[in-house]
Amino acid sequence: MTIDEKDRQVIRALQGAFPLSPHPYAELAERAGLSEEEFLSRTRRMKENGAIRKMGAVLQHRKAGFKENVLIAWRVPPERTDEVCRRFCAHPRVSHCYDRNTAPDWPYNVYTMVHGQTREECESIARELASETGITERADRQMLYTLREWKKASLVYFC
Amino acid sequence: MTEFSALDKKILNELQGNLPLSPRPFADIAEKIGCQEETVIERIRALKESGYIRRIGAFFESGKLGYHGALIALRVKESCMASVAQHINGYAGVTHNYEREGSYNLWFTLHTRSPEEETRILDEIRALDGVERLLNLKVKKKYKINVQFQLK
Repeated sequence: MTIDEKDRQVIRALQGAFPLSPHPYAELAERAGLSEEEFLSRTRRMKENGAIRKMGAVLQHRKAGFKENVLIAWRVPPERTDEVCRRFCAHPRVSHCYDRNTAPDWPYNVYTMVHGQTREECESIARELASETGITERADRQMLYTLREWKKASLVYFC
Repeated sequence: MTEFSALDKKILNELQGNLPLSPRPFADIAEKIGCQEETVIERIRALKESGYIRRIGAFFESGKLGYHGALIALRVKESCMASVAQHINGYAGVTHNYEREGSYNLWFTLHTRSPEEETRILDEIRALDGVERLLNLKVKKKYKINVQFQLK
Protein backbone atom coordinates (compact mmCIF):
# COMPACT_ATOMS: atom_id res chain seq x y z
CA MET A 1 0.00 0.00 0.00
CA THR A 2 1.39 3.38 -0.92
CA ILE A 3 0.71 6.64 0.85
CA ASP A 4 1.51 9.62 -1.34
CA GLU A 5 1.94 13.27 -0.46
CA LYS A 6 -1.75 14.04 -0.99
CA ASP A 7 -2.70 11.21 1.36
CA ARG A 8 -0.34 12.70 3.94
CA GLN A 9 -2.13 16.03 3.56
CA VAL A 10 -5.43 14.24 4.14
CA ILE A 11 -4.01 12.49 7.22
CA ARG A 12 -2.65 15.74 8.64
CA ALA A 13 -6.05 17.41 8.17
CA LEU A 14 -7.91 14.47 9.75
CA GLN A 15 -5.66 14.62 12.81
CA GLY A 16 -6.85 18.10 13.73
CA ALA A 17 -10.17 18.90 15.34
CA PHE A 18 -13.05 17.37 13.39
CA PRO A 19 -15.40 20.21 12.33
CA LEU A 20 -18.81 20.01 13.97
CA SER A 21 -20.59 21.63 11.06
CA PRO A 22 -22.91 20.41 8.27
CA HIS A 23 -20.06 19.94 5.75
CA PRO A 24 -17.09 18.81 7.84
CA TYR A 25 -15.19 17.12 5.01
CA ALA A 26 -15.41 20.25 2.87
CA GLU A 27 -13.69 22.17 5.67
CA LEU A 28 -11.04 19.48 6.13
CA ALA A 29 -10.49 19.36 2.36
CA GLU A 30 -9.83 23.07 2.37
CA ARG A 31 -7.23 22.58 5.12
CA ALA A 32 -5.59 19.94 2.96
CA GLY A 33 -5.81 22.01 -0.22
CA LEU A 34 -7.97 19.43 -2.01
CA SER A 35 -11.52 19.32 -3.33
CA GLU A 36 -14.13 17.79 -1.03
CA GLU A 37 -14.64 15.00 -3.54
CA GLU A 38 -10.96 14.08 -3.70
CA PHE A 39 -10.62 14.36 0.06
CA LEU A 40 -13.54 11.98 0.59
CA SER A 41 -12.39 9.49 -2.01
CA ARG A 42 -8.87 9.36 -0.55
CA THR A 43 -10.30 8.98 2.96
CA ARG A 44 -12.62 6.18 1.79
CA ARG A 45 -9.70 4.40 0.13
CA MET A 46 -7.67 4.55 3.35
CA LYS A 47 -10.66 3.20 5.27
CA GLU A 48 -11.02 0.35 2.80
CA ASN A 49 -7.37 -0.63 2.90
CA GLY A 50 -7.25 -0.40 6.67
CA ALA A 51 -4.95 2.61 7.08
CA ILE A 52 -7.92 4.20 8.82
CA ARG A 53 -9.18 1.62 11.27
CA LYS A 54 -12.19 3.64 12.39
CA MET A 55 -14.09 6.81 11.61
CA GLY A 56 -16.08 7.86 14.62
CA ALA A 57 -15.90 8.86 18.24
CA VAL A 58 -14.15 7.50 21.28
CA LEU A 59 -15.78 8.16 24.61
CA GLN A 60 -14.02 9.23 27.73
CA HIS A 61 -14.82 5.88 29.33
CA ARG A 62 -14.22 7.12 32.86
CA LYS A 63 -17.00 9.64 32.36
CA ALA A 64 -19.17 7.17 30.48
CA GLY A 65 -19.33 5.04 33.63
CA PHE A 66 -16.36 2.69 33.16
CA LYS A 67 -14.21 4.19 35.86
CA GLU A 68 -11.90 1.23 36.28
CA ASN A 69 -9.82 -0.66 33.77
CA VAL A 70 -7.12 -3.24 33.96
CA LEU A 71 -4.51 -4.60 31.62
CA ILE A 72 -4.44 -8.36 32.14
CA ALA A 73 -1.44 -10.37 31.00
CA TRP A 74 -2.34 -14.04 30.51
CA ARG A 75 -0.21 -17.14 30.16
CA VAL A 76 -1.95 -19.07 27.40
CA PRO A 77 -0.51 -22.28 25.91
CA PRO A 78 0.77 -21.19 22.47
CA GLU A 79 -1.28 -23.81 20.63
CA ARG A 80 -4.46 -22.41 22.22
CA THR A 81 -3.73 -18.72 21.60
CA ASP A 82 -6.06 -18.30 18.61
CA GLU A 83 -9.03 -20.01 20.21
CA VAL A 84 -8.56 -18.30 23.60
CA CYS A 85 -8.13 -14.85 22.05
CA ARG A 86 -11.31 -15.29 20.04
CA ARG A 87 -13.19 -16.07 23.24
CA PHE A 88 -11.64 -13.07 25.01
CA CYS A 89 -12.59 -10.79 22.09
CA ALA A 90 -16.20 -11.93 22.24
CA HIS A 91 -16.55 -10.38 25.69
CA PRO A 92 -18.08 -6.88 25.37
CA ARG A 93 -15.87 -5.43 28.12
CA VAL A 94 -12.64 -6.44 26.39
CA SER A 95 -11.47 -3.53 24.23
CA HIS A 96 -8.01 -4.75 23.19
CA CYS A 97 -6.55 -8.24 22.79
CA TYR A 98 -2.99 -8.83 21.59
CA ASP A 99 -0.70 -11.83 21.34
CA ARG A 100 2.86 -10.78 22.20
CA ASN A 101 6.25 -12.33 22.67
CA THR A 102 7.43 -13.36 26.14
CA ALA A 103 10.64 -13.17 28.17
CA PRO A 104 12.29 -15.77 30.43
CA ASP A 105 11.06 -13.99 33.57
CA TRP A 106 7.75 -12.94 31.97
CA PRO A 107 5.86 -15.89 30.47
CA TYR A 108 2.64 -13.96 29.72
CA ASN A 109 1.77 -13.86 26.03
CA VAL A 110 -1.82 -12.57 25.74
CA TYR A 111 -2.85 -9.07 26.80
CA THR A 112 -6.44 -7.90 27.27
CA MET A 113 -7.71 -4.48 28.32
CA VAL A 114 -10.82 -4.90 30.45
CA HIS A 115 -13.21 -2.13 31.49
CA GLY A 116 -15.60 -2.11 34.43
CA GLN A 117 -17.36 0.24 36.77
CA THR A 118 -15.34 -0.86 39.80
CA ARG A 119 -12.27 -2.91 40.56
CA GLU A 120 -14.56 -5.67 41.85
CA GLU A 121 -16.30 -5.76 38.49
CA CYS A 122 -12.94 -5.97 36.68
CA GLU A 123 -12.00 -8.89 38.94
CA SER A 124 -15.26 -10.63 38.19
CA ILE A 125 -14.84 -10.11 34.41
CA ALA A 126 -11.34 -11.60 34.73
CA ARG A 127 -12.81 -14.65 36.47
CA GLU A 128 -15.45 -14.96 33.73
CA LEU A 129 -12.76 -14.83 31.04
CA ALA A 130 -10.76 -17.41 32.97
CA SER A 131 -13.62 -19.83 33.32
CA GLU A 132 -14.77 -19.37 29.71
CA THR A 133 -11.32 -20.40 28.50
CA GLY A 134 -10.15 -22.75 31.23
CA ILE A 135 -7.14 -20.51 31.95
CA THR A 136 -8.16 -20.56 35.59
CA GLU A 137 -4.87 -20.88 37.49
CA ARG A 138 -4.39 -17.62 39.34
CA ALA A 139 -0.67 -17.72 38.46
CA ASP A 140 -1.60 -17.67 34.77
CA ARG A 141 -2.75 -14.07 34.88
CA GLN A 142 -1.27 -10.80 36.06
CA MET A 143 -3.71 -8.02 36.89
CA LEU A 144 -1.79 -4.89 35.94
CA TYR A 145 -3.90 -2.15 37.48
CA THR A 146 -2.97 1.45 36.76
CA LEU A 147 -1.34 3.31 39.64
CA ARG A 148 -0.75 6.50 37.66
CA GLU A 149 -1.34 7.70 34.12
CA TRP A 150 1.83 9.52 33.08
CA LYS A 151 0.85 10.06 29.47
CA LYS A 152 -2.08 9.34 27.18
CA ALA A 153 -1.98 10.94 23.76
CA SER A 154 -2.70 10.29 20.11
CA LEU A 155 0.20 9.65 17.81
CA VAL A 156 0.79 12.58 15.46
CA TYR A 157 1.60 11.22 12.02
CA PHE A 158 3.78 12.94 9.43
CA CYS A 159 4.25 16.06 11.50
CA MET B 1 -23.18 5.17 35.87
CA THR B 2 -23.74 8.35 33.94
CA GLU B 3 -27.30 8.87 32.75
CA PHE B 4 -27.51 9.89 29.12
CA SER B 5 -30.79 10.87 27.49
CA ALA B 6 -32.27 8.38 25.04
CA LEU B 7 -31.30 10.69 22.16
CA ASP B 8 -27.69 11.07 23.37
CA LYS B 9 -27.35 7.29 23.65
CA LYS B 10 -28.56 6.84 20.07
CA ILE B 11 -26.19 9.51 18.82
CA LEU B 12 -23.22 8.10 20.75
CA ASN B 13 -23.88 4.53 19.65
CA GLU B 14 -24.01 5.63 16.00
CA LEU B 15 -21.02 7.89 16.34
CA GLN B 16 -18.82 5.31 18.07
CA GLY B 17 -19.42 2.76 15.39
CA ASN B 18 -19.40 4.65 12.18
CA LEU B 19 -19.11 8.27 11.17
CA PRO B 20 -20.27 8.30 7.52
CA LEU B 21 -17.77 9.27 4.83
CA SER B 22 -20.32 11.35 2.97
CA PRO B 23 -20.64 15.10 2.40
CA ARG B 24 -23.16 15.50 5.24
CA PRO B 25 -22.36 12.81 7.82
CA PHE B 26 -24.38 14.40 10.62
CA ALA B 27 -27.45 14.64 8.39
CA ASP B 28 -27.06 10.90 7.66
CA ILE B 29 -26.91 10.10 11.37
CA ALA B 30 -29.91 12.37 12.01
CA GLU B 31 -31.93 10.58 9.36
CA LYS B 32 -31.01 7.19 10.78
CA ILE B 33 -32.08 8.00 14.33
CA GLY B 34 -34.95 10.30 13.41
CA CYS B 35 -34.00 13.84 14.37
CA GLN B 36 -32.60 17.02 12.84
CA GLU B 37 -29.03 17.45 11.59
CA GLU B 38 -28.57 20.56 13.74
CA THR B 39 -29.71 18.64 16.82
CA VAL B 40 -27.08 15.96 16.19
CA ILE B 41 -24.36 18.57 15.77
CA GLU B 42 -25.47 20.48 18.83
CA ARG B 43 -25.58 17.34 21.02
CA ILE B 44 -22.16 16.17 19.82
CA ARG B 45 -20.73 19.59 20.58
CA ALA B 46 -22.23 19.52 24.09
CA LEU B 47 -21.00 15.96 24.76
CA LYS B 48 -17.53 16.92 23.56
CA GLU B 49 -17.41 20.10 25.64
CA SER B 50 -18.51 18.27 28.77
CA GLY B 51 -15.78 15.69 28.19
CA TYR B 52 -17.90 12.61 27.39
CA ILE B 53 -16.49 12.36 23.89
CA ARG B 54 -12.72 12.12 24.05
CA ARG B 55 -12.08 12.36 20.33
CA ILE B 56 -14.04 12.33 17.11
CA GLY B 57 -12.63 11.73 13.66
CA ALA B 58 -10.24 9.27 12.06
CA PHE B 59 -8.31 6.60 13.96
CA PHE B 60 -5.31 5.35 12.06
CA GLU B 61 -3.65 1.94 11.94
CA SER B 62 -0.09 2.97 12.66
CA GLY B 63 1.43 -0.12 11.05
CA LYS B 64 -0.19 0.64 7.70
CA LEU B 65 1.29 4.14 7.77
CA GLY B 66 4.80 2.80 8.18
CA TYR B 67 5.06 3.07 11.95
CA HIS B 68 6.35 0.24 14.09
CA GLY B 69 4.66 -0.17 17.48
CA ALA B 70 5.98 -1.78 20.65
CA LEU B 71 4.79 -2.31 24.21
CA ILE B 72 7.64 -1.85 26.66
CA ALA B 73 7.62 -2.98 30.28
CA LEU B 74 10.17 -1.51 32.68
CA ARG B 75 11.23 -2.32 36.19
CA VAL B 76 12.05 1.04 37.72
CA LYS B 77 13.45 1.79 41.17
CA GLU B 78 10.66 3.54 43.08
CA SER B 79 12.79 6.57 43.94
CA CYS B 80 13.52 7.19 40.23
CA MET B 81 9.96 6.69 38.93
CA ALA B 82 9.07 10.34 38.30
CA SER B 83 12.27 11.20 36.46
CA VAL B 84 12.15 8.04 34.31
CA ALA B 85 8.45 8.51 33.51
CA GLN B 86 8.96 12.14 32.55
CA HIS B 87 11.92 11.30 30.33
CA ILE B 88 9.80 8.70 28.52
CA ASN B 89 6.92 11.18 28.11
CA GLY B 90 9.30 13.39 26.15
CA TYR B 91 9.41 11.03 23.15
CA ALA B 92 6.77 11.96 20.54
CA GLY B 93 6.36 8.26 19.65
CA VAL B 94 5.23 7.41 23.20
CA THR B 95 1.43 7.56 23.30
CA HIS B 96 0.60 5.73 26.53
CA ASN B 97 2.77 5.63 29.65
CA TYR B 98 1.33 4.05 32.79
CA GLU B 99 2.68 3.19 36.19
CA ARG B 100 1.20 -0.21 37.08
CA GLU B 101 1.00 -2.70 39.91
CA GLY B 102 3.35 -5.67 39.62
CA SER B 103 7.01 -6.57 39.25
CA TYR B 104 7.23 -4.48 36.06
CA ASN B 105 5.96 -1.13 37.20
CA LEU B 106 6.11 1.19 34.18
CA TRP B 107 4.49 0.29 30.84
CA PHE B 108 4.54 2.40 27.71
CA THR B 109 3.80 2.15 24.00
CA LEU B 110 6.37 3.39 21.51
CA HIS B 111 5.83 4.09 17.80
CA THR B 112 8.86 4.58 15.60
CA ARG B 113 9.59 4.94 11.88
CA SER B 114 12.36 2.32 11.82
CA PRO B 115 13.88 -0.50 13.92
CA GLU B 116 17.02 1.65 14.28
CA GLU B 117 15.04 4.47 15.84
CA GLU B 118 13.41 2.01 18.25
CA THR B 119 16.78 0.54 19.25
CA ARG B 120 18.26 3.98 19.80
CA ILE B 121 15.39 5.11 22.04
CA LEU B 122 15.33 1.87 24.04
CA ASP B 123 19.11 2.09 24.57
CA GLU B 124 18.67 5.61 25.92
CA ILE B 125 15.95 4.44 28.30
CA ARG B 126 17.95 1.41 29.51
CA ALA B 127 20.74 3.81 30.45
CA LEU B 128 18.54 5.99 32.69
CA ASP B 129 19.18 5.95 36.44
CA GLY B 130 16.80 3.54 38.17
CA VAL B 131 15.90 1.41 35.12
CA GLU B 132 16.63 -2.14 36.27
CA ARG B 133 15.15 -4.17 33.44
CA LEU B 134 13.37 -3.60 30.13
CA LEU B 135 11.13 -5.97 28.16
CA ASN B 136 10.20 -5.30 24.55
CA LEU B 137 6.90 -7.15 24.11
CA LYS B 138 6.48 -7.24 20.36
CA VAL B 139 3.08 -7.88 18.86
CA LYS B 140 2.65 -11.28 17.23
CA LYS B 141 -0.99 -10.72 16.43
CA LYS B 142 -3.65 -8.08 17.10
CA TYR B 143 -6.99 -9.72 17.77
CA LYS B 144 -9.06 -6.70 18.76
CA ILE B 145 -8.78 -2.95 19.05
CA ASN B 146 -12.20 -1.57 19.63
CA VAL B 147 -12.74 0.99 22.30
CA GLN B 148 -16.49 1.09 21.97
CA PHE B 149 -19.18 0.78 24.57
CA GLN B 150 -22.76 0.12 23.66
CA LEU B 151 -24.91 2.44 25.74
CA LYS B 152 -28.19 0.79 26.67
